[in-house]
Order: sequence, then structure tokens, then C-alpha cells
Amino acid sequence: MSEEALKELAAHIELKRPNDVLKAEVAFGELTVTVTPSGIVDFIDFLKSDGTCKFSSLVDITAVDYPTREQRFDVVYHFLSMYRNHRIRVIAAVREEETIPSIISVHPSAGWFEREVFDMFGIIFSGHPDLRRLLTDYGFRGYPLRKDFPATGYTEVRYDEELKRVVYEPVKLVQEYRQFDNLSPWEGAKYILPGDEKGA
Amino acid sequence: MMDGDIRQNTYDDGSRDATDGEQKIRNFNINFGPQHPAAHGVLRMVLELDGEIVERADPHIGLLHRGTEKLMENRTYLQNLPYLDRLDYVAPMNQEHAWCLAIEKLAGVEIPRRASLIRVLYSEIGRVLNHLLNVTTGAMDVGALTPPLWGFEEREKLMIFYERACGARLHSAYFRPGGVHQDLPPELLDDIDAWADHFPNVLDDIHYLLSDNRIFKQRTVDIGVISEEEVQDWGFSGVMVRGSGLAWDLRRAQPYECYDEFDFQVPVGTNGDCYDRYLCRMQEMYEATKIIKQAIALLRLPENQGDVLARGKLTPPKRGDMKTSMEALIHHFKLYTEGFKLPEGEVYAAVEAPKGEFGVYLNSDGSNKPYRAKLRAPGYLHLQAMDHMAKGHQLADVSALIATMDIVFGEVDR
Repeated sequence: MSEEALKELAAHIELKRPNDVLKAEVAFGELTVTVTPSGIVDFIDFLKSDGTCKFSSLVDITAVDYPTREQRFDVVYHFLSMYRNHRIRVIAAVREEETIPSIISVHPSAGWFEREVFDMFGIIFSGHPDLRRLLTDYGFRGYPLRKDFPATGYTEVRYDEELKRVVYEPVKLVQEYRQFDNLSPWEGAKYILPGDEKGA
Repeated sequence: MMDGDIRQNTYDDGSRDATDGEQKIRNFNINFGPQHPAAHGVLRMVLELDGEIVERADPHIGLLHRGTEKLMENRTYLQNLPYLDRLDYVAPMNQEHAWCLAIEKLAGVEIPRRASLIRVLYSEIGRVLNHLLNVTTGAMDVGALTPPLWGFEEREKLMIFYERACGARLHSAYFRPGGVHQDLPPELLDDIDAWADHFPNVLDDIHYLLSDNRIFKQRTVDIGVISEEEVQDWGFSGVMVRGSGLAWDLRRAQPYECYDEFDFQVPVGTNGDCYDRYLCRMQEMYEATKIIKQAIALLRLPENQGDVLARGKLTPPKRGDMKTSMEALIHHFKLYTEGFKLPEGEVYAAVEAPKGEFGVYLNSDGSNKPYRAKLRAPGYLHLQAMDHMAKGHQLADVSALIATMDIVFGEVDR
């Protein structure tokens, strides 16, 4: 898909749905459209039914966590049109306490994706018929893919010989989990090296 | 006799069990898995049965969830590469391919031609590896025992080709951002070529075993029929689409690497049932063998010799340079500690993995680690449609459905 054609498609979508689209841009040969979360169902229904778009197949739904932003999460949808042979990325930003409408009525395949995003980020999809956790353990607490969730998690399991069952315990680390970032102190590293405070 | 059975016994003296209104017919729930040989891994599926008919299927996944995406956020791009092998461990290099393509797209790196050809060669070997496993164990799920024995003999040979290219039979870490790790020795190309000459005979044998086999056909024809509309609604990809008559193949529709130079057919089914998908997979193995032959012929040409890594920021310097050049040594050290940085932005790169569209969504904040990496596995969507597909089928068909969806839990659970 050429850059030109994608720009044309972006202009078409912007023209048809001016109230939904906040931004449409082409980068790395891919079209990204940022929309408002409240009108997402209508917008995606439009993408599916419009003759020029015909995004009939849902490829992926995921989210990205930006803890410092006011609208903390970006919910990212990917669609594919097998008929027009093009792809689109739709982004809707939501606050932590905000819900986003489920698109399950338009794409039944959104079911597990939305469950997974709920499981991993704690974003609630309103109107989802079965919003249970999907990938994590039964009775799991917390949202693992949020940036403030530690990579080691909070609980660990082991088999208890006396109780004859698997028990859950708080994580005990023999050595503190060390995050080596190895970033060059001259470029990129955000921290100040010990002894370098004056220079900074 | 199991819980939930309703029975009324008749006794010798002609009397019968008394019945009252409390005895009611109710559906029967069973757990399929997590330890079931036909579940192809750790799948727990709660099946609601009315007699032998499946009324509802609720797959419980995540028993193999390893938090790959969380781990990836804490590691550099190169350190993350081996995680991709551990997703669909039946055809590891195809996943690595998507990861490398995403990085190369973001970095704007063009890989050398020889590396591109090697990638095509090994992607197709991966396709054969996957289809051999799927077709033969799928046959085992419906009762045939010989095909896996024949198929695994060939898989063994292919894994030795993996091993000779990169040193590992399964977790290869061979495709690297910017090319492939090492060049292939000429003898290896000769051996793969010889294998590709002989392999269609093995496929013919498997065809002979299965394609007209009455039991196999009874178990697969008209089972799990998928229409074009269902394909779109449930986000299917790969053979699940082609079995229903849509000639959709990313290698054709959105060519990546140098697939557009190769001559191959995209086999499609007509009825969209398990049998058509089986035939598609068989035919794809013939086509993959054709691509393998072409890739080897191209790799032997004098103009396609040369480096297999795009030397630059993404890839290490040559070993020889490191012995003499200080800069090369520093570059190597920095690459394997700090890693390379990618420009800010987000990309989605997809490959036609043997199971369907395997995609990587990469969100970079400009540092040496992915800010967010999402792995889109084809099996995830296929398994999701289990409830839809299994409804109204017999319990015994469930294992045929799992087989035809081609599910591997490494990629579903991530």
C-alpha cells in the first residue's frame, strides 16, 4: 500500500467521520487514526461497512500504559481489509477510571482481546458480555502489564509437602531484582551517576 | 454410570423405578484437558454437553502464560529475540521473522539479499515443519497412528537442518535484526536440496494413507464448516481462510522479504471443512518444497553471495574486524550490553506464519527496549471461535476441530 493511497484513505475517513477522528497520520507506511473513545463502536462499524474502507477483519486489540499522562491508556486496534488489501491502526485514549465501549457487536472476535486487555491493564469494556480474566491465574489480583506492576509479580507458588497442595506466598527474592539498563550515561540515561551531581 | 445420567431401570418382576418430578434431564459439563493428548498442549475446555452434542465450549487458556510481553519490556531488542522462538515452538523461525521485520521497519534497515533468501528458505522449512506436525497429529487425533511416525521422521531431518544453520534444533535465534546470524555452508544447501527432491514422495505416501481413507474422511468431511463471513467475523487467517475459498496469503497480498520473486501457488479449499483444510496444508507443503528448491538455486548464484548481516548500528561487526579494530570491539561491546536504539514510533509487522498471520506490534519510545510489544498470534483467534465452531458438533469432533485450527499453546498463552 503506497503512502499516497493511505493519505487518501485517511482524508476519506476524516471527511466522513469528522466528529470521531482527532488525528490521522501516516508513519512508517502505516495509517494511524486517533479517535474519541465514546464513539468507537459507531466508528468501527463505519470502517467495516464503508465501501472504501471495508475493514472486515479485526487483527488485534491491545493497550499501552503511559502512567504520567492524564489519559493513562491508549487502546490500540488493528484492522485488516482482505478485500481492499490495506490495514489501519485506531487509537483511543482512556483515563484510568474511564470505561470504553466494547466493539463485540461489530466484531465478535473482539471478545478475547478485550478480556485480555481487561486482564492485563484493568480497562473495563462496557457492554462486554463476559469480561472475565483470561490469561492470568484463577484468583489473580492486579494488572500485570501496567508499568507500575513489578516484573517479578507479588506472589509465588510452591508445592507444600505438609499441606499436600500448592500454596501461594509473597515473592521472596534472595537478591533484589536488578534492572540493568546499560544506557550510555552520555546519551539517553535519565539518572545521575553517583559523584556527578554537581555537573548535572 | 456418571453423574447426571437419567435412567429408569426395569426389574425382573416387571416393576420399574419410581419417578417423580425432581428427576430432570440436564446438560452435562465435562472438562476437556488440561491434560488431554488431543488438546495439543495445556488447554482446559469446559464443555456443556447435551448427550453427545456440544452445546457450549468455554476454553480456559493461560495455563502456559509466561508473561512474555512484560518480560520484553525489560529487555533489549536483541535479548527479546529468543522469546519469539518460544511462542510457536513448532516453527520458531517464522516468529523471529516478524520480530526482525518490525525492528527493521522502525529502523529503516535494508537487509542483504543473501540474508533475505536464507530467511525465505528457513521460513518455508518452518512451514513444512509445522504442517507435518499438524497434519499427522491431527490424523492421530481422529484415530490414525501411522502418519505421525512417518511425518516425524521428516521433521527430524528438518530440525537437523535447523541445527546445522544455527546450532539449535528448536530455539534457534537465527534470524537477527539486520539479517541472519551466520551464512549457510554449501554442503548444507546440497543436503537441503537432496531432501527437497525426496520429500514429495513422503507427502505422496501420507496422501495415500489419509486422503481416501474412509475413517479419516468420515471424521473430517463436513466437520467445522467455516463460511467466508465467519472468517471475517472471527478474524481468521492462514489456512483457516484459504480452506474456505479465499485466496488470502500475506506472502502474495502484502509481500515481504523477497517472496514476490518466487513462483508458488496458493491452494484454496471449496467447502471450508476440516478435510479441505487438511488438503490445503498438504498442498502447501508441496508448494513450500518448490520455494525451498528455488531459494537454494538462488542462493547458489554468484551474484547472491556475500554478507548476511546489514553491517551498521543494528548488527555486530565481523569477528575478524574485532581482532584488529578498536572501534569494532567497542561497537560489539555496546551492542551486546546497551543494545541498539530504535527511533520513536509504532509499527505493526506481520508474516504469513504457517498457522496464519503472526504479527508484532512494536511501540518504541526511542530507548534500547520496547516500550510495549504485543504479539498477535493466529491461534488465539482460532481458539476463540471454538465455542462458535463446536456448537452442535459431537464431542468426538472437538479433537478434530482443535487439530484443524492448528493450535499451539506457546503462542496462544504467550
